[in-house]
Amino acid sequence: MFRIDFNKLRFLVCDDNPHMRRILRTLLHSFGAREVYEAEDGATALEMYSHYVPDIVITDWAMPIFDGLELAQMIRQPESKGNPYAPIIMLTGHSEKRRVTVARDAGVTEFLAKPISAKGLYQRILNVVANPRPFIKTKTYFGPDRRRNTNSAYMGPERRVGEKHEVLQQPSLLDKARSTI
Amino acid sequence: MAKNSAKDIEVKAFATHQIITQPNPLRKVLRRVEEKDMDDPVGRAEQALAGLASEFKDWMTIEVHRLSAAWTAVQKDGFTKELRDELFHAAHDIKGDAATFGFPSAAGIAESLCRIIEHAPDLEKVPAELFTHHINAILAIVHENTRLDRISVSAELSHRLRKVADDYLAHVNRDRPEHLEVILAPSIAPVE
Repeated sequence: MFRIDFNKLRFLVCDDNPHMRRILRTLLHSFGAREVYEAEDGATALEMYSHYVPDIVITDWAMPIFDGLELAQMIRQPESKGNPYAPIIMLTGHSEKRRVTVARDAGVTEFLAKPISAKGLYQRILNVVANPRPFIKTKTYFGPDRRRNTNSAYMGPERRVGEKHEVLQQPSLLDKARSTI
Repeated sequence: MAKNSAKDIEVKAFATHQIITQPNPLRKVLRRVEEKDMDDPVGRAEQALAGLASEFKDWMTIEVHRLSAAWTAVQKDGFTKELRDELFHAAHDIKGDAATFGFPSAAGIAESLCRIIEHAPDLEKVPAELFTHHINAILAIVHENTRLDRISVSAELSHRLRKVADDYLAHVNRDRPEHLEVILAPSIAPVE
């Protein structure tokens, strides 16, 4: 079994709702985290991201100035001076399939649908710490590998060209988002 | 700790894409332990969350006041973009928070309200009663009696409002298949 030394991890929490920030801070401190930085909008979060260089970002979707989706897109800039690879966990009340797909395409690493639970949050953190995925860069995308299922027979228009098949056995983001937490 | 140096990052270039791998920068925080030595961080966190429970009612009251104020503003000035967004965000926050705060049925009603705001083709044409019934139901659940949410009345209220809202949305979106698909798709949120 693995245990996470939370006291060595630095978190950035971004949510415009002060109650949800308090809950997240409580959960993370209870896990053992000491460094939890908080932002109430996307612009402040981006500034704090550059300044504090967090290990993991937990962000809401709907926020003022720019939202969590835009924040993810701004972090996932391969040429940026900052770290474009940090895991991003999107914690949101949006609970439709298309939202998961949009979040995935913005470079979000994990998706956690509210209501939040200690177990659900812990599992997402454990997954980004223990099972990081390679990053993919295409003309239109930069972020963690979006393909979690092996399908060697896939011949559709989005098939990657010029490589042997990747073997990545992980549940899809949608399946994980659906899973009972 | 979060970032590897550039020399650790391996890039494999292909015709249409690059695969970028690097040593796991967070591997140092993982420790293998025997099961007997494993503590219970989730249980600890659940206990800490329970410790906040005495504040949940007050937090929920703040959230519903915000919703109520947003609706009052809409009734006065109509669905301007700003007021529409504020009403949606107030409902959306309740949708996300209320179950954690002990009001799961209020969360369900707030979700139904969010769907109306998001999928009605013209908000000015939505019967005002549809909004007021949703908002009054949330207010009642939170204000009138905390325990109301634990009994079947509030759950039944939530289901009926959702049914009325979904029937309305299905009707007004009958010629908008992209909205119909989203309206009819199951939620990915865990079931209560």
